[in-house]
Order: sequence, then C-alpha cells, then structure tokens
Amino acid sequence: MPDDIRPDTDVPVLEIEDLRLSYYTRAGEIPAVMDFSLKVNAGESVGLVGESGCGKSTVANGIMRYMGKNGGIVGGTIKFKGRDMAEMSDEEVRRLRGAEIAMIYQEPMAALNPSMTIADQLTEVLTEHEGIGRQEAAERAAEMLDAVHIPDPRRLMDSYPHQISGGQQQRVVIAMALLSRPSLLLLDEPTTALDVTVEAGIVELIAELSEKTGASLLYISHNLGLMLEVCDRICVMYSGEVVEQGSIDSIFSWPKHPYTHGLFGCIPLPHADKNARPLAAIRGQLPLPHQRPKGCYFGPRCDFFVQEKCGQQQIPMEEVTTDNDPVHRVRCARWNEVDTSTAMIAGEAREPAPVGEVVLEVDNMKKYYEVKDSSFGAMLSGQSMRYVKANETINFRARRSETIGIVGESGCGKSTFAKVLMGLETATDGEVRLNHVNIGAIPVRSRTADQLSSLQMVFQNPNDTLNPSHTIGGQIGRVIKHFGIEKDPAKIHERVMNLLDTVKLPRAFAERKPRQLSGGQKQRVGIARAFAGNPSTVIADEPISALDVSVAAAVTELLMDIQREHETTLLFISHDLSAVRYLADRIVVMYLGQIMERGTTDEVFAPPYHPYTEALLSAVPIADPEIEKRRIVLEGNLPSVLDPPAGCPFCTRCPRVLGDICENERPPVQIDGEGHAIACHIPLDELRQVEPVLKVPNELEKKRSLMLKQARAKKAAAEAAAAEAAAASARARAAAAEAALADELVADADAAIKQDQT
Amino acid sequence: MLRLIARRFGLMMLIMFVVTLLLFLANEADPLRVARSVLGPYAQPEQLDLWIQQNGYDRSLAIRYLDWIGRLLVGDLGQSVIYKRPVGEIFWTRLANTGILAGITFVIMVLLALVLGVLAGMAEGSPRDRFISVLSIATTSVPEYASAVILMAIFVFWLGWLPGTSSMMAGFSWIEMVLPVSVLVLYGFGYIARMTRASMAEVMTTHYIRTAVLKGLPYKHIILKHALRNALIAPFTVIMLQINWLLSGVVVTEYAFGYKGFGALLLEAALRRDIYVIEACGVAAVFVAVFTQTLGDLGYTYLNPRIRFK
Repeated sequence: MPDDIRPDTDVPVLEIEDLRLSYYTRAGEIPAVMDFSLKVNAGESVGLVGESGCGKSTVANGIMRYMGKNGGIVGGTIKFKGRDMAEMSDEEVRRLRGAEIAMIYQEPMAALNPSMTIADQLTEVLTEHEGIGRQEAAERAAEMLDAVHIPDPRRLMDSYPHQISGGQQQRVVIAMALLSRPSLLLLDEPTTALDVTVEAGIVELIAELSEKTGASLLYISHNLGLMLEVCDRICVMYSGEVVEQGSIDSIFSWPKHPYTHGLFGCIPLPHADKNARPLAAIRGQLPLPHQRPKGCYFGPRCDFFVQEKCGQQQIPMEEVTTDNDPVHRVRCARWNEVDTSTAMIAGEAREPAPVGEVVLEVDNMKKYYEVKDSSFGAMLSGQSMRYVKANETINFRARRSETIGIVGESGCGKSTFAKVLMGLETATDGEVRLNHVNIGAIPVRSRTADQLSSLQMVFQNPNDTLNPSHTIGGQIGRVIKHFGIEKDPAKIHERVMNLLDTVKLPRAFAERKPRQLSGGQKQRVGIARAFAGNPSTVIADEPISALDVSVAAAVTELLMDIQREHETTLLFISHDLSAVRYLADRIVVMYLGQIMERGTTDEVFAPPYHPYTEALLSAVPIADPEIEKRRIVLEGNLPSVLDPPAGCPFCTRCPRVLGDICENERPPVQIDGEGHAIACHIPLDELRQVEPVLKVPNELEKKRSLMLKQARAKKAAAEAAAAEAAAASARARAAAAEAALADELVADADAAIKQDQT
Repeated sequence: MLRLIARRFGLMMLIMFVVTLLLFLANEADPLRVARSVLGPYAQPEQLDLWIQQNGYDRSLAIRYLDWIGRLLVGDLGQSVIYKRPVGEIFWTRLANTGILAGITFVIMVLLALVLGVLAGMAEGSPRDRFISVLSIATTSVPEYASAVILMAIFVFWLGWLPGTSSMMAGFSWIEMVLPVSVLVLYGFGYIARMTRASMAEVMTTHYIRTAVLKGLPYKHIILKHALRNALIAPFTVIMLQINWLLSGVVVTEYAFGYKGFGALLLEAALRRDIYVIEACGVAAVFVAVFTQTLGDLGYTYLNPRIRFK
C-alpha cells in the first residue's frame, strides 16, 4: 500500500462532487453523466440503480478513470480517501486500480483471460501490487479461493476459465478483486448473467466478504430487488442524472420522484395481480442523450409534468426532510406538491378471462439428443452412444385463454421443449396434441399452414429475430401471406395496419427498418408477427428478459391484452419467477429436463413446495421491504446433462435430501388436491409443514407497518428533540447555577468590601 | 496432448499416402509415356519396349507404386533425364539452398510483421497504426518481379552496393542473399502484419483486457502477458501457410536473381518433363505443406486452451 493512502475511518472512502462525464462522438460532445454527487463511507454499501443507458456503468468507469479514447471527465471532482484523483498521475491511478479500488464485472467468462490459468491471473495481482514472490502469491490466491467457497482451490488454480462453471468464474473474479484487500469494490451487475440460485449464493458471498474485509461497495444494477438485499443507500439514475437518492428504507417506503415511483409500479411484486392490480408501465421511452428535453428529462413520461415548473430549466437536487433520513434527496420540481404515494401505482383492474376447452395436451413427451462418444474408453465399455435427456416425460394440458408459466434455470430443458412444440425438433417419444392433432413428430417443414399459424412464438431477443434488411410492414405482411390468411395485397396491408394498432405502434412504422426501432418496439413487432395468423397458442420464450424494467412492464401488459382479446393460450417460458407468478394461471417448474412441480400459481407459491421450488422462490430478490423471506441458498452447480443423477435430478443440490433413495430412485409424482403434482421422495405431509418462503403482508398489515415505521421515525425525532431540549435545559440550569454562584461571589465581595470600609 | 500429436501424425501419414498415390498415377500410370519421356521423342518402339522391360515397368501398377515408395524411403529418387545424374545429387542441394533463403526470409518476415502488427493493433486508429497499415498494403500489392526490378535498379545499377545475381558461384555469400530476402520479405510481411493488427485490435477491446487494466497491471505487462498470446492465435495459421509459399512460391524471385533453388529446379523439370525430378519435388512440397499444417494445428491448440483436447 502506498504510504500516502492510509485507511482512515473519518474520511469517506469515495467522495464525488458535481461529476460530469462525457463522450465525444462525430455528433459532438454527449454528456453521459451530469451533476453526480455521492459519498461512500467506510464499510458502506451504496447502490446505483437505473435502466440501460442511464449512465450507471459510466460512473464506475469514471471512478476507475477508464473512459476509453472518446470519453472523459468534464467537470467535478472524485476524491478517493480524501485525495483528488484528478491530481494523480496515470502511474498513481494504476497503483490504485486492483489494489485499492477493485471491480467485479457482469460477465465473468468474458472478464477472464481465456488463455491464462486461473493461478496466473490471480497471482499477478499480488506480485504486481505487493511485490511478493510467486510462491507466496499462489498461497494467498489459494486461500482467497477458499474464502470464496470454491471447493478444491489448488486443482482449480491450474484450470483455464472455460473449464469451470459460470458461478465459479464469478467467484474467481470476486477472489481476484479481493486479493489485495481493496477499500472500495465496484460491482457492475455482478449477478445479471447468472442463474437465480447461483445469484443468491454470490450475493451472500459478497455480503459476507465485505463484512469481513470492511470494503465499501458500490453496487450497480438494474434490479431494485437486489438493491434492497445488498445496499444501505441507493441512487436512482435516469438519463445521466441521479433523480433520487437516500437510504433503502426511505426510498422503498417513500419514493418521491415520479420515476422511482413508476419503477415500482413496473415490477411484478408478489401482491401485484394481472387482473385485480395489473402493472402500470411508464409510458414512452428513455430519451437518447442528444435528444434530452429541456428541463426535467423525465418530463415527457411523467404524469405530473407542468410546463412552467418542470419544462424551463435544469431541475436541481433538493433535500427531502423525511424524519428519519437526513440524506434523502430528489430531483423533482414538484416533489412537495404532488403525493406520489397516493397516485396510481397499479393499472386498471380487469375481469379475469374465462378459461375454455383444452387446446394443447402434452403426454409423456420425451426429447433425447444422441451424443457420440468416440473416446477409446467408451468404445471398450460399449457405450459409444450416450443420450442427453433434454426433456424427460413431460405432461401437461393447456386450455383456451390460459397462461402456463414454464420456469427453470438455464439448462433445464425449457427451450428444448419450445423447440419440440414448434417442430424445430421432433419428440423422441410421447405425444404433443394441438387441437387434438398429434404434432410432436411432425417437423416444422411438414406442418400445414394451419398448424403453423395456430402455434406461434415470441422470441427472447428482439434484436436478432427481425431481418435487418426488410421493413417492419413487409415482415408482418409476409407472415400473413404465407399462412394464406389474405391474398390480396390491399387486404394484407390493411391487416398489417390493424396489427400495428393492436401492438400500439404508430402505423408509420410499417415503412421502417428494425434498426430504427428501440428494443421494446422491436418486441412489439415480434408480438404482432406471432399474432398475425390468429394463433390458438403462442409460446413466449423469455419475451421480456432482454428488456428494461419499464419497457418490460409495457410489453407484458400488451401481451396480456392481446391474449385476452384473442382468447389465446400462452406458454410463458421464463427464469423470472416474479414475472411468472404475475402472469401465469398455472406453473410448471422444470429442472434438468424433468418436471419437478406443477400446479396453479397459488398452489406452487405456497406449501407444500418441491424443495427446488422452495429454493428458487427464496433466490428471487424482491423489491419490497415489507416482505419477509426465508433464505435458502443452494450449494454446487447444475449437474452435467450428459451425466445426470440416477435418481432425483435435484439430489446433488437439494438441502432436504433424504439419503440414498434420492440418489438412486426416481421420485414418485405425488398429487396434492386437484392438479398440484410434486415429484419428490419426501412425503407430502412433511412438505406441507414448511413455512411459506415469502411472507406477504396484506394491505392492513402493510399500512400498519408503514405507520409503525413513521411513528418510530417520529419517536426517534422527538427523542432527539427532547434530548436536545434536555441538554438545553441542563445548560440553562448550569448557567443559572453559575449565575447564582456569581451572584454569591459578588455578594461575598460586596460584603468583604463593606467590611474593609468599616 | 500426446494422443493429439499421435493422431495428427497419423492423419499426416494418410494424407501423404493419398498425395503420393495421386502424384504417382499422374506421372507413371502409362509406362509408354514414362519411357518416351526418358528416351526422348525419337526413340523407336522396340527401344521403348526394351526400356520398359529393363526398368520393371511391365509389372502391375500396385507393385510399381510400392517399389517407388520403398525407394523414396531409402533416399533413391531415380535418375534425372536432363542432368543424367541421380536426382538425389541435385535435389538435396537445391532444397537446402531454398531452405536457407526461406529460413532467413521467414525469421525476418515474421518478426517484422508481428512487431509492426502488434504496434499498430495496440493503438487502433492512431497515426502509427495508419502508417503501418498503409505501408503493409503498399508493399504487399507490389508483386515480386516488380519489386525485384525496382530494388535491382536502385541497389545494383544506381548505387552499385549489391551484386545483381545470387548464383553463389564462389560458395555461399551473405551479400548475395540480401536482395532475394528483401524482395520476399517486402512482399510477404504485409499480409501477416495486417492479420496481426486486426487480431490485436480485437483483443484490445475485449473485457479481459479491461480486467487486466483495472487490475492495475503496467501497460507493458498487459500487452505481453494478456494480449499477445490471444492476438497471435489468428495470425499463427497464416504464418504456417507462408512456409508453403516460401518453398515453392519463391520461384519468381529465384529466377530473377539466378538463385539455384528448389522452385527453379521444379520449374525446369516441369518444362522439360523430367519426371523423376518432378516427383521428388512434388513429394517434398506436399510433405512440407502437410507437415507445417500439422505443426500449425498443434501450435494452435497450444495457444488456444479452449480447443485443447482432453
């Protein structure tokens, strides 16, 4: 450690004032971050939250002074432990990086050098910054790997990054960041690329380690739920500005900025309901940096926008005096005029759609992939052909107007299942009946136009699914023509227009190319294309996971509106339990190609749980401080699909594993009530006895808790005031006593003088 | 890794077998043609028949092929028609000559190309990058015969610093190597430099380089330890391909400077139908091609652990 930087608890670790960061492009200077101030104290954990393009990662790069060739710090100061970083030379900044300020990245695979061993990548941090020998550095690296709970660290040190799983890669990156005990850790979406159960483990690890090392954290994420779990304070960013900052408690309980408030309305929290309390999307979209409006950047999307107050000049940050939080600040001109908390946080309530006849039946469907093993050992043992069981005995039914949620982590076989339904793969065994016709064995090219049009798909990444060189109208029209719905060009055009109306896109978009559209708009086109042939069933494969929170809410609502109108059966494939809970009527939980649990949404989200569902529920971060959650963190990784356990697929990670029976025998499917099925060896009665993972307070409890919180805050304030008053009165008394003493002294003196005179 | 090497060499043997078979069939399938090309256009049919019988060309094709392979393996390359001497006597000296020329060129060319490529790719878009890019395109787009003439005009006729031919009449001479090597390096380095530059520029934008920078490593260390190895993966294949070109593609340069090399030998033999020389040269060229590709594959797996076999 350089001598001039000593740990000092009084000086904030990081102090940023009025920071301005810009990128220079051919179009000129583009401000990426404006008027950014932040203080991070020792041991504190601060969150930066916002949607993509809001400048949160730019802040992290600015702190690291890593802005690339076309970016730079335009104004303001960044002080690290009291030292102005602008005054440091490049060499000094280099010595800070990795030693005093370390970073953890979004994609661990990309962040590690593919052609260097883990050992080399870890030890160089120490040999560089602390000047110790390779041997000692390797010792310390192994210790650190042990601290991040990597089993058998010495063996792992000799591996290359591609040989270990994503969760382990992220642990290696964390170990690398913590090796030389930094005082500030920047985490840029550290868990976004990971599965939820892996994410839960990483989040726990970061909390544990920061506690142990005393490092301050600057946590960057788009996920408000995660922020709630990991941060003390958060800054909400919008279009390059902090719009609101304060303690977790006050931001989550009393969000003052309409944008923050709107974000909460977009998140499918457990008490949201697609019929009674639908999501309320924020209208419009994030302005591009060079198209920011005058005045408040959020103005065009804000329900409380008033031209005279909001649209004239830059809105300054203002102090909000909530009683218990002196640092709650907001950038809104009308924050004390409008009460966002009473404003609509939910959309309009709707009647639940009636469910019709069975449309899709899947019976014992199996999909195996053959893998040729040409190794010598396999030839000797006669097992030269192995099978990847991507789907194993899948059973379920879907009715008209119903939404089925299919949940599982990566590698659970949910996408294979979609491929079989679509005919991109054919089933190895079993039946898939759509409108009573078995289509499981019919590849997509042999399906009739009717079969094709009645089963359509909305894909995950809207950027990749639209042909970049065709117009939007052309692409939708082609589907209509291809399915033989209309032949006449004029009528096709009319239908395209209607579809654009349906997905709430302007008709003029028919002439545009995909590159002129935003992500959310492209996904709307994807939905229009899927619904072009009046499908009876639509498969939506992670349709919103690539979209930002506010856009995702709008797309979700749109999808449901269209579904309601067309009485479509929707298969909603997702890893996001919150979204599935909100959307689905019934849920299928998959793990390693098998169905673990199946039932209505209420059944799946309440005991009895399958132990995997239980863990999955616990892993999802929820952006509501009122909800209490039981923590279950899974150990280990998903087993290889080539070599799954012989018994229950979940037995390698299950916290409630019974013993040999789980490892060797297929679990029986136990039926609880109507159609709630759980594949587990643990008896239902025992499964029933667990506490619910989530404790969702009802409205009354919520109000009470809020009032309690307010009362407590008031009490604290009153006590503080009383203490102050008491102190004041004590001072008064002391003063009086002093005065009295003085009087006495004067009297004594007078008496003495008088005596002298006499 | 050992198994990979064994497998690669097995494959190499197979390719060599197929290629020698094709080469043999193309040249010696018809015994009459062989006899004609050895004895010349004025030989009588009886003479041809006699030659065929004396030299065992009346045996079956398979036997003759095996016999030929066997003789190749013990180093008997046959009798040259033009030189009336065993092919071995000419062939090995010519191959060695080209080997020297190619070796010197290869070392200089690869070093120059890699250094320039890395320097350019490290700072994409900088004036240094632009200069190197333009230079490499310019030199690569001038063919060898043109650059040979230009260099000769300058250094031989105008300045008079260097000899105009490289026939090595008085034994090996370094000064006679300068011009042929320069011509080959000028022509060849640009391509590798461009490949290296593109690869390096790509590597410099990757996340793992950002990781290395934000780990606080010195710039030199980042380039040498983190960037270089990854950046060399793509150009490595190209570099191995260049060895082929250096063996048989240098005929223009050899001719231009009167250098007694392998390319020149092959050309002469082909023009005058000296079939045993053609065969020997063909086998050698194919062997070098296959061998360098095998080396290339092995080196590639070494550089890129992601494709390393278990």
